[in-house]
Amino acid sequence: MAQSGSVSGMHTIPALLARNVAQLGDKPAYREKEFGIWQSWTWKETADEIEALALGFVNLGVNEGDFIAIIGRNRPYLYWSMVAAQMVGAIPVPLYQDAGAEEMAYVLGHCGARFVIAGDQEQVDKVIEVQDQLHQFEHLIYLDPRGLRKYDHTTLHEYSHIQAQGRAARDELIGELERRIAKPEFDDTCVMLYTSGTTGKPKGVVLSNRNVIESARNSSEFDHLTSGEDILSYLPMAWVGDFIFSIGQAYWNGFCVNCPESAETMMTDLREIGPTYFFAPPRVFETQLTTVMIRMEDAGPFKRRLFERSMAHARKVGTKILDGQPVSLADRVKYAIGNAFIYGPLKNTLGLTRVRVGYTAGEAIGPEIFDFYRSMGINLKQLYGQTEATVFITAQPDGQVRSDTVGVPCPEVELKIADNGEVFYRSPGVFVEYYKNPESTAGTKDAEGWVATGDAGFIEPETGHLRIIDRAKDVGKMADGSLFAPKYVENKLKFYPNILEAVVFGNGRTECVAFINIDLAAVGNWAERNNIGYSSYQELAGHPQVLATIQEHVEEVNRSVAEDTMLSGCQVHRFVVLHKELDADDGELTRTRKVRRRIIEEKFADIIGALYDGSDKISTRTEVTYEDGRKGAISATLQIRDAAVVPVAQQMAAE
Amino acid sequence: MKDTEGYVTADGRKIGGVVMEMKNITLRFGGVVAIKDISFDIREGEIRAIIGPNGAGKSSMLNVISGFYVPQEGEVWFRGAPRPPVKPYEVARQGIARTFQNIALFEGMTVLDNVMTGRLTQMNQNILTQAIWKGKAEAEEVANREIAEKIIDFLEIQSIRKTPVSRLPYGLKKRVELARALAAEPKLLLLDEPMAGMNVEEKEDMSRFILDVNDEFGTTIALIEHDMGVVMDLSDRVVVMDYGKKIGDGTPDEVRTNQDVIDAYLGVAHD
Repeated sequence: MAQSGSVSGMHTIPALLARNVAQLGDKPAYREKEFGIWQSWTWKETADEIEALALGFVNLGVNEGDFIAIIGRNRPYLYWSMVAAQMVGAIPVPLYQDAGAEEMAYVLGHCGARFVIAGDQEQVDKVIEVQDQLHQFEHLIYLDPRGLRKYDHTTLHEYSHIQAQGRAARDELIGELERRIAKPEFDDTCVMLYTSGTTGKPKGVVLSNRNVIESARNSSEFDHLTSGEDILSYLPMAWVGDFIFSIGQAYWNGFCVNCPESAETMMTDLREIGPTYFFAPPRVFETQLTTVMIRMEDAGPFKRRLFERSMAHARKVGTKILDGQPVSLADRVKYAIGNAFIYGPLKNTLGLTRVRVGYTAGEAIGPEIFDFYRSMGINLKQLYGQTEATVFITAQPDGQVRSDTVGVPCPEVELKIADNGEVFYRSPGVFVEYYKNPESTAGTKDAEGWVATGDAGFIEPETGHLRIIDRAKDVGKMADGSLFAPKYVENKLKFYPNILEAVVFGNGRTECVAFINIDLAAVGNWAERNNIGYSSYQELAGHPQVLATIQEHVEEVNRSVAEDTMLSGCQVHRFVVLHKELDADDGELTRTRKVRRRIIEEKFADIIGALYDGSDKISTRTEVTYEDGRKGAISATLQIRDAAVVPVAQQMAAE
Repeated sequence: MKDTEGYVTADGRKIGGVVMEMKNITLRFGGVVAIKDISFDIREGEIRAIIGPNGAGKSSMLNVISGFYVPQEGEVWFRGAPRPPVKPYEVARQGIARTFQNIALFEGMTVLDNVMTGRLTQMNQNILTQAIWKGKAEAEEVANREIAEKIIDFLEIQSIRKTPVSRLPYGLKKRVELARALAAEPKLLLLDEPMAGMNVEEKEDMSRFILDVNDEFGTTIALIEHDMGVVMDLSDRVVVMDYGKKIGDGTPDEVRTNQDVIDAYLGVAHD
């Protein structure tokens, strides 16, 4: 209950740290792979490092209520800096490390951060670039000194120096630090996280200690997490999920947080750590599966047949065994043999052998992908949440897992569906406010604490599971009044390995059209195996055989969409395969890779026009932004294809 | 003496005394004169570039510096004394390491193993002592592995640590070669066309690594490069060669305005 956190005295993260030191002192709290080996820190050593940093903060002049921004990849030192900030009464604000300098300037200016902790030179450069626009900014602390030797060090400090200064001044500052650690209440701010925002400027979501600790406790109990878990922390630190998994739940349960060596080594590190509790967006599972499938395609015929037959059996009985449903003995034996020779080694290769609880969220996951993992005996589940809820809204309990729902309400979460289909929730995790934005706060959270998710969905009467259809604001009407749910169709399209991204248009129109991005890994491999030469993404995307394959996919989706009478109007009549990948650097996707519909609609207005005016090709020129911020343009002539649709009228007559 | 004075670069780095000096070097292959009476020096801590059109004698010059070619005339002074003809491993022991224009890695070995070969000159154990004193051999292996790993981290090639070199793209191979050269912890690093065949992004990465190496380890770097933009951005001083002769020597700005250099690059009739 709401009081239980405060009854046990555990109402801040630093308090949980102290408890873990007392109870689990010599067990590993953090690991990071560096210089080729896993370096680890026990809870005691962690507390020591954090204390030194906190003392260093006091020494540097951090006041209570200050904001400390943190930018960099997942590293123990940066997690420590968040806890150290909380110790001195400051509020940590983790930022997305791939944000551009302008995005960063906005966020740093909005929260008025006096201090920034940056992972490396790249991040330091970005802050220095915008520091003139920031009036409250004072000190920059960096972690990796490489390349920074020649920089002006008047307001620039090395992380380890701050710690050394803190250690040196321990005797004189420890009293002040202890006073500050004891001060925060259950309802004081724990962290501020900026939402990536599909529209408009990012908003700072203020989460209290109550939000974080109650959510961590509820969700840990829901999945029976213990101090024995191992997690791999590789998702952006600015994302609420990472904060809850790597700080909230990690400190509540006292389990170990493992940080990969670099973003590129994540898969290797995953295999070495073998997490017991694993979270990944659908994209990660998709990529893993694509890699496996590509390698199987390249394998010899004997291996391939063995793999296909074993997987077919796993699909038949694997999920049933996982869910504890009755399965015949012969099938169980066959599955056990498959597990010994195929599924087990495959899980091991993927680093998923020890996974006891796995979650995916953020986007819909393809049923084939979902079942593939579950049939191998991996307890992969879906969860539905958002920053404003401190992640958890609904989750799937063990044994009740399906790919088309997002589960039942989490403990202490209430749900309600508005007349227009929008989902509302109320829980102990409901955020305090949007920082310096009372209008948006009032627009999202009502006086009784109900929060609008912005998603449209319904609760299945038989099971009580929530099903999400689409973003509430994206759900529209076609010209003939039938329902238009683009995401529903896009997700079906994206389930094909060849299709990376799809955007469907048609609100207020008589028919739907679509933009499609091919998946370079999958299509490229196919081209290689079929001796099809190409010199660029653009050329491959325009290849007639690729277009024909995509057309087949679109038509298959149309048939599947037509089966649902409510949504049969959403069939894709015409489509185009885009000449460039939709990219967050060009503003077409959010940093969490969600499609920004309106921006795409404006930017590619000429192509949409051609899709509707019946022409069979369109010449276009698109501005692109390279990773280093320079701009360029690419021109292309795109072919527009017609896809066969299942006539709606006939469908209706047949009903 | 002038030689020990050094100078201060535009970005405030202090350059020390002369490490290596070429005195009136002439190198012939039979009747072909590859290098004609060239003199210049390399100072401690600087990035020194040797540029010139195709066939100017740049690679020959680098081979003279590395001791691979022995010039018929002139002397190579190293650390204040003339250097007698040397064996390649002696050069390595003196703290000189190099990379090659055409990559010369062990293709079948992993990146890590390739980098470890760069440590060979620093290892004292041989196959016999390794067989007898396991502990000592292990301790040495660990100490050297640590240095190799620091370089792997420095050059951001962790993700390919266990990948055989033959499977890597060209740009990464170049970086692995640099890693192997750095593993010897050289005082003087010779780079033979480090950017050849690279795209813009790879060139930018490589430039950053070269600057970082110079900055972080204080390594003196002599490099040959074709890409003028890169040279002018990277180097402190530039020697310009054409048809085996030195036609310019100075800071990038001085060289850029030198009429002979402009002629050599834009092409005028030679007599």
